[in-house]
Amino acid sequence: MESVGQATPRVESRPAGGRAGTVGASLRAVYIIWYRDVLRYFRDRFRLVASLAQPLLYLVIFGTGLSSALRGTGAGGFGQGAGSIQYVQYLYGGVIGMSVLFVAIFSAMSIVWDREFGFLKEILVAPINRSAVAIGKTLGGATQAMIQGLILLVLAPVAGVRLTVESVLLLVPAVFLVAFALTSMGVALAARMKSMQGFQGVMNFLMMPMFFLSGALFPLNNLPGWLFVLTRLDPMAYGVDVLRRVVLMGSGLPPAFVDRLGMTVNGTVISPWIEVGVVAAFGLAMLGIAIASFRVRD
Amino acid sequence: MIEVIGLVKRYKDFEAVKGIDLTVKDGEVFGFLGPNGAGKSTTISILCTLLKATAGEVSVAGIDVRRQPDEVRRRIGLVFQDPSLDDQLTARENLEFHGFVYGLPAAVRKERIAEVLAMVNLEERADTQVRTFSGGMKRRLEIARGVMHHPSVLFLDEPTLGLDPQTRNHIWDYLHELRRREGITLFMTTHYMDEAEFCERIAIIDQGTIVAQGTPDELKAMVGGDVISITAAAPQALAEEIDRAFKLATMVERDRVRVEVPEASTFVPILVKELKTPLRSLTLSRPSLDDVFIKLTGHAIRDEAAGGMDQFRAMAQRWGGPRRR
Repeated sequence: MESVGQATPRVESRPAGGRAGTVGASLRAVYIIWYRDVLRYFRDRFRLVASLAQPLLYLVIFGTGLSSALRGTGAGGFGQGAGSIQYVQYLYGGVIGMSVLFVAIFSAMSIVWDREFGFLKEILVAPINRSAVAIGKTLGGATQAMIQGLILLVLAPVAGVRLTVESVLLLVPAVFLVAFALTSMGVALAARMKSMQGFQGVMNFLMMPMFFLSGALFPLNNLPGWLFVLTRLDPMAYGVDVLRRVVLMGSGLPPAFVDRLGMTVNGTVISPWIEVGVVAAFGLAMLGIAIASFRVRD
Repeated sequence: MIEVIGLVKRYKDFEAVKGIDLTVKDGEVFGFLGPNGAGKSTTISILCTLLKATAGEVSVAGIDVRRQPDEVRRRIGLVFQDPSLDDQLTARENLEFHGFVYGLPAAVRKERIAEVLAMVNLEERADTQVRTFSGGMKRRLEIARGVMHHPSVLFLDEPTLGLDPQTRNHIWDYLHELRRREGITLFMTTHYMDEAEFCERIAIIDQGTIVAQGTPDELKAMVGGDVISITAAAPQALAEEIDRAFKLATMVERDRVRVEVPEASTFVPILVKELKTPLRSLTLSRPSLDDVFIKLTGHAIRDEAAGGMDQFRAMAQRWGGPRRR
C-alpha cells in the first residue's frame, strides 16, 4: 500500500486496510453491521422476553375468546369433523407473521435512531460501500425478526398446534424469507427518513394495514370485492399463507382443507412456491430501493 | 494536506458557504473559527465526504473529495459534534467495530485498541457499556477511535462543546499528546476563542465567508495595538464622546465600550482626564482573538447565535436526553 501523496516522513500515513471497492471489503462490512445488530439484540434481554407478551395476548386472549364465541354459533373455527381446526390454531401462523413484521420494521427503524444519535455517521464516513451498509442492515434486521419468529415456536402447545421436525426445518427458511422481505421494506423506508416522527406514519398507514390485510386474523376468501383486491395487494399475505401452511403440516389436516384456507385468485389456489416467489421478489425489489437510497449523497 | 478552492454549498434557498479558500499544511493544528451557523459544520461535512459541494475544488491528503470519496474516507478520522458511539456496546466493541470497518487485520486491531485506550486513559473501562460513560469519557473514546486507523487528518467538530472547563483542558492535553505521538494533521472547528489560541493557524468564518486566515499572532496584529474596554452607565453617550474628543473608532457591546489604541499605557491617563461621561470600570488588554473577531465582523462571536441551543445541547448531553442531529 503506497502512502499518501505529499506525506512527509514524519507523518506515518498508512491508509487503512483493503480497498473499499473490493468484494472482500464489502462482505466484511456487511458482516460487521449485521453482527452489531445481532449483538445488540441479544444484549437486550428485556426486549427478548417482552416481545413474547404481545403474541401471547393474541393467542391466549384473542384466540381463545374468538374460538369460544364461534363455538357459541356452532363452530369453534373453520371446517367440520376431521377436516376442521380451532380458530386459535388458524391464528398461530398469523401471529408468527405478525411478530416477524413488527420486529422487522422496528429493527429497520433503528437506522433512524442511529441517524438521530450519531452512530450512522460513523458508518457513513467509513471507507465502505454504501450498498454494503443497506445489505448489512437488512440482514441484521431479518435475523432478529427470524429469531423472534422462531422463538414463538415454543408457544405451539398454547395454540394447540403440533409441530414436526420437518415443519420446524421448513419454518426456518420460510420465516427468514418473510423476515428478509419485510426488513428490506423497512430499510428502504428508513434510509431517507430524517426523524423518529415519520415512524408514526409508517406504523399507522403501513404496518397495521399490512397486518390486517395479511390473513393473519381471518381467511382471505369469501371477502367483499374491494377487500379481496386489497388483500391480494399485500405482499405480507403471501408470506403469512406460506407460514400457516408449514405450521399446519403436522396437524394431519387434509391438503384440500388447508388449500381452502389459503389464497386464491380467480377461484384457483395459488401454489406456495408462487407465494414464495412473490415474497422473494418483493424483498429484492425493496432491497434495491434501500441500496439506491443509501447511495445518494446530499 | 487540505486544499479548498472556491467552495460553495447552496441549499434550496440558502447559501451556507459562499466560496471559501483554505489551505492546511501537513502536520498542522488548524482552527476553523466562527459562530454557530457560520458554515463551519457544513464545510467540515464536505471535507469528510458526508455532503456534496455545490461548486469548488476540495482535496484532502491530495485526493479529490468528489471523485474518490472512499479513498479520502480511509485517510481521515472524525470526532463529531454529537457523540456517535453505540452506547449499548462496550468501549472495546465500539473500537472493534471501527477497526473492522476500516479493514485492520485482527492482530493489528488488538494492538491498536490497547494503544489508543491507553492514550486516553480508558483501559479500565474498556469492557463497560458506553452508556455509563460521562461526556468527557465519551469524547475521549471518540478521539481514540478517530485515530485508531492511522488517518492523515483528524477532523474534530467542536470537540469540547458541552464539557466543563476541567474536562476541556484534559481533552486538549490528549490532543497535544496525540499530535506529538502520531504526528497527524488536526483540523478543528470551535467557537471557543481561548481554544483557538492552541492552533497554529486559524481561519475565521462568518456568514459563509472567510474573513481572515493566519497564525493567532498575525490575526491579533490586525487589531493594531491594545484594547481598552470601558463600562459605563451610558455606554452610547460615552462612545460618542470618545469619538468626538479623540477621533477614535469605538464599538458598543451592552454596557461596554471598546477602543483600540496603539499604546494604551500612555493614552489612558489622558482619556480619563478628558472624559466627562462617568465611567464605571476600565480594563486594558493585549488583543485577543475575540477582539479580532469583533473587529472583522462587527459582532462578538458568542452573541445571540451561540446562546440557547448550546445550553440545551450541553444540558442534553449531561442528562443523556435527546440531542440535536
